[in-house]
Amino acid sequence: MPLIKIRDLHFNRGNRAIFEGVNIDIYQGKITAIMGPSGTGKTTLLRLIGGQLHPDSGTIEVDGQNVHKLSHADLYQLRKRMGMLFQSGALLTDLTVFDNVAFPLREHTKLPESMINDLVLLKLQSVGLRNARNLMPSELSGGMARRVALARAVTLDPMMIMYDEPFTGQDPISMGTLVNLIHRMGDAMNLTSVIVSHDVKETAGIADYIYLLSAGKVIEKGSPVELKGSSSQWVQQFMQGLPDGPVPFHYPGETLEYDLFSQKVSE
Amino acid sequence: MIDTIRSLGRWGLSVFERLGRGHLFLFDTLRGVPELFLRFSLVTQQLFSVGVLSVFLILISGLFVGMVLGLQGYNTLVDFGAEESLGVMVSLSLVRELGPVVCALLFAGRAGSALTAEIGLMKSTEQLSGMEMMAVDPMRRVIAPRFLAGFISMPLLAALFSAVGIFGGFLVGHGLLGVDDGAFWSQMQVKTDWYDDVLNGVIKSVVFGFVVTWIALFEGYDATPTSEGVGRATTRTVVHSAFAILGLDFMLTALMFGEE
Repeated sequence: MPLIKIRDLHFNRGNRAIFEGVNIDIYQGKITAIMGPSGTGKTTLLRLIGGQLHPDSGTIEVDGQNVHKLSHADLYQLRKRMGMLFQSGALLTDLTVFDNVAFPLREHTKLPESMINDLVLLKLQSVGLRNARNLMPSELSGGMARRVALARAVTLDPMMIMYDEPFTGQDPISMGTLVNLIHRMGDAMNLTSVIVSHDVKETAGIADYIYLLSAGKVIEKGSPVELKGSSSQWVQQFMQGLPDGPVPFHYPGETLEYDLFSQKVSE
Repeated sequence: MIDTIRSLGRWGLSVFERLGRGHLFLFDTLRGVPELFLRFSLVTQQLFSVGVLSVFLILISGLFVGMVLGLQGYNTLVDFGAEESLGVMVSLSLVRELGPVVCALLFAGRAGSALTAEIGLMKSTEQLSGMEMMAVDPMRRVIAPRFLAGFISMPLLAALFSAVGIFGGFLVGHGLLGVDDGAFWSQMQVKTDWYDDVLNGVIKSVVFGFVVTWIALFEGYDATPTSEGVGRATTRTVVHSAFAILGLDFMLTALMFGEE
């Protein structure tokens, strides 16, 4: 039984269809990657799973509960068991690293400050930033901010965690650290991880299962090995990063010959 | 022609849509207020940044407004030999009108714009979304404490403004222009009514505090999450607050003093 079950999901933004009948299963304790070109609505999918957006039709079940049928209070109860790592980190800029990680504990538990201190230090230790606890978010590099956000996302020991483009814009060392952390955290805490990304190499390296999305539909799904062996030209173009293929290099329109040799002067 | 009518219609619809959103936002905010009394520390922090940090501006402005009132009032009253009524003139102008209104305009410029920018930036840096995903309701954790702090601060700041203004009027009237100090204070005490003047001024400042804080928070929360969007929202806060303050001031004045 999957932890997250998405059925026949339709979602529009204005007149533009973002999802047209998407079905996705995400299994407990696995790392599932949702990949696809920019603008396919990968981040939107995470917001739909987290209940921040409502689908036009279709259902999303998390741990057996239909996210969009829950009351406000029940949704917030469910979110306590969901972690989310935003692309920007979304750290609270007026709090130190320590207070950011302590924030969910202080909001949701009545633990004594001494215990909060120990828990936060352990979480920060796991992402290697225990000694950066007194820094402000503005003093952190992008990679460090994401590691703090990761520590914060797992403070309440959630059942699952969603990563929104965790590798975008990282230098190779930060990237390696993040890949390693996501893999290690998932194993150590038996977390169900959902990674939204278009960094093929890194994501395929740690994912157990991959869904490829394009133009509002699931184009292909399978393990990284299965996808690499896929006969679909589109999948091959995406996985290997080829500049031309089913997704053309040239913006569609008239041919070059037509534009050069026709009588019509382009306006 | 059709295009003009169409764009007018579209504009009208968008205005009403925003008004609707603004009222739903206010409703959500007010729902978060009662539980703040259990966690008043959240409000205390905001009272500092919204209220205490505005005190200096309010004191200086109040002093100068009072001093100008003293000068201008004296020049008018002396023609009628009524310069001893300067205290009455200064105090009534301030507690009835200028205290709440000028203070609210300054409050919108100082604290209101800061609130909008802060909330707008929190939105654009996904801090509000981040809180939602941590199961912390930003309406209760971020918006409601700021709203209550603005609501409490504004009448207190207006009271300070009026008090310092009266003192400024006295400094100029007595110190510079030689109005008798006994006459200044005694006439003021006799002619300024606690209920009709002071309380009505307080009611005005409470209403302005409510409206300005509401506008500022809503504009921040509803801002387009880009730097340009936050900039526009901050401007809107100041402009809309000014309109609201002046419009409401007229209505409240008509209700309070219209029968006299």
